[in-house]
Amino acid sequence: MKKLKSLKTTTKVDFATYLGVIAAFAIVSLLKNGGFLNRSLTGMLVPICCYIVMAVSLNLTVGILGELSLGHAGFMSVGAFSGVIAAMSLQNAVPLGWARLVIALAAGAAFAALAGFIVGVPVLRLRGDYLAIVTLAFGEIIKELINCLLVGCDENGLHIAFNISGTLTIDDLGMSPGGTAIIKGAQGATGTEKLASFGAGFILVMLTLVIVLNLVRSRAGRAVMAIRDNRIAAESIGVNITKYKMIAFITSAALAGAAGALYGLNYSSLAASKFDFNTSILVLVYVVLGGLGNIWGSIIAAAVLYILPEALRQFSDYRMLVYAIVLILVMLATNNPTIKNFLGRFKPRRSHRKEAA
Amino acid sequence: MMKKFFGILLTLAMVLSLAACGGSGGSGQADGSGNPPASTDNNQPGGDAPSGSAGGTFKLGGVGPLTGDAAIYGNAAMNGAKIAVDEINALGGIQFEFKAEDDVADGETSVNAYNTLMDWGMQVLVGPVTTGAAIAVSAEIYNDRVFALTPSASSTDVISGKDNMFQVCFTDPNQGVGSADYISQNMPGAKVGIIYRNDDAYSQGIRDTFVAEAGKVGLEIVSEGTFTKDTQSDFSVQLTDAKSKGADLIFLPTYYQPNAVILNQAKGMGYAPTFFGVDGMDGILAMPGFDTSLAEGVMLLTPFSADADDERTQSFVAKYNELHGETPNQFAADGYDAVYIIYEALQAAGCTGDMSAEEICEAIVAVMPTISVDGLTGQGMTWAESGEVSKAPMAVVIKDGVYVTP
Repeated sequence: MKKLKSLKTTTKVDFATYLGVIAAFAIVSLLKNGGFLNRSLTGMLVPICCYIVMAVSLNLTVGILGELSLGHAGFMSVGAFSGVIAAMSLQNAVPLGWARLVIALAAGAAFAALAGFIVGVPVLRLRGDYLAIVTLAFGEIIKELINCLLVGCDENGLHIAFNISGTLTIDDLGMSPGGTAIIKGAQGATGTEKLASFGAGFILVMLTLVIVLNLVRSRAGRAVMAIRDNRIAAESIGVNITKYKMIAFITSAALAGAAGALYGLNYSSLAASKFDFNTSILVLVYVVLGGLGNIWGSIIAAAVLYILPEALRQFSDYRMLVYAIVLILVMLATNNPTIKNFLGRFKPRRSHRKEAA
Repeated sequence: MMKKFFGILLTLAMVLSLAACGGSGGSGQADGSGNPPASTDNNQPGGDAPSGSAGGTFKLGGVGPLTGDAAIYGNAAMNGAKIAVDEINALGGIQFEFKAEDDVADGETSVNAYNTLMDWGMQVLVGPVTTGAAIAVSAEIYNDRVFALTPSASSTDVISGKDNMFQVCFTDPNQGVGSADYISQNMPGAKVGIIYRNDDAYSQGIRDTFVAEAGKVGLEIVSEGTFTKDTQSDFSVQLTDAKSKGADLIFLPTYYQPNAVILNQAKGMGYAPTFFGVDGMDGILAMPGFDTSLAEGVMLLTPFSADADDERTQSFVAKYNELHGETPNQFAADGYDAVYIIYEALQAAGCTGDMSAEEICEAIVAVMPTISVDGLTGQGMTWAESGEVSKAPMAVVIKDGVYVTP
């Protein structure tokens, strides 16, 4: 007990976050196996996990690094399509479903990290609004590129064509008759085998938490936050600005890619137009409502705000209106001093941190 | 500070009371779609003893975009379906409860909408209306063994590999093949130009099969122009190309919004080929602000014409006009036909309302290839086991602002 008390507040919050996610998983799994969850909620479990990972990873860029990114859905898109290609093309080589899922997630993360690196090198030299605009453009570029992409797979391996002129079709890939089309340009990926499961989603969320929380509490994380708080001061004490910015940005992109791969393998059809500006903003809303730099806040915000529009189905056409009202309310409530004081009573007192420090 | 706090509390109370209203409204009404103009009250339980072998009350779910970009299509299909549900309920015998859920034409939301309907106890699905959403849901209905009939999702990917997914509309390949055949038979020697949207599954799909079939029947394609969602406001480049290469027929496998621009610009440059559209051209005459004289002589392949003079179409158009104040498009007719097809199939299979969704699914799947249904979008529609419909495409030409058969 004494040992627990001597821990830093941040460490306690981190452990509480892990415990909370594990407890939530255990409770939901029990309810699901007991048949207490309705279909609507069961069907939402995997996308919720995806959006939690998206929100936590975007929080790393927006909350911890302090750079506004409006193209996070672009990384999700890269991850989703590379994950789908990996899973579908290895259908014969790797018969085990979960093994293919792991490979797909890894491929999604790797390609999104690569995209993050390519974008990051020029983009992270920009600051503030400029960065936001370039990431926004990045999301749109990815969407258009995937609209031109034709990918098929037969026993000779992958066939990829880039349909710039718009006149190529899947037949131009030159596949043998037994080959399957994986991505058909604007039609996206169709007929994807559903590999994603709630268990896999939970593991991905835990993995994301371990990576992000450890990064944030590490030396590198402190350097990243120093850049956020005062760039000039950080530079003057010898922090390599570009390097630490890249670390945070690429980690964020890779995690978004893994989330995208999980998402892509949860639906049998996937079109590039899904990952547009609106999806980026949706995830940004989760991050802002959960609190910038607040990891457990992102988790709760993503889960609640994902379920909310579905729970509001009884309003039919007005549900997005009610959704907006609820968003405004949450914003007001979380900034209200009375409620803050009320909630503050349950928080560990600040004096603890002083003692520990 | 306190004032602000109470303000929040009051707003919260308002939302909660709104929620309570919505809740009781939704559960009290069988037609919980909450689509205000459609006042279908199908809640007539009891009293309807099963007549003949098939009977009872079936829960029919509808999934389509009721809000968002594609809302025109979803609302039309669901409104059409509701009219059919009302007519069937008035007949006695099989009764339907119908509930439509919004999917904003998105696969993810569509699966959520489908799951919500399954919680409601849906037995047969009418939908989803759009292709991408239908592909996502078709994987779910295949696993769950629920019968689904989509009014208007036209891609072959929707039905391929799923024995319990059927279509009311033509598949995209059929439209392309049908158009190429029609042109080669009726306008031999035509020099064809194509303008299509290459970031759209529908347009690209029809263009691909049209070109393939044109090669087979010896149709000469002299020019191809493409555009995307962001460039559909100017077609001078594509039209000039077609004109300079001497195309005397322009094939437009696109929706009516860009088609209206194309017609206008072609007239502006004094270029008057024959324009030939597919079902996406349907609706151009009803487009607000469109000068219908531009569409004179435009030909299109459509399953449904609101100006047809048979009695059923007339009564459907009149009812639709009365309820929603507009002329129904082919999506409304597809939705209407979908409900009647399910009605015929349930009767042929002898299903009763107390059967589970799985039992109904197996029974209907077995009878679908054997039935033949006369609907608004085709006479004697039959289905292959794959789920593809077989009906004759109808070519019409626009004369004096109405569709006439050439």
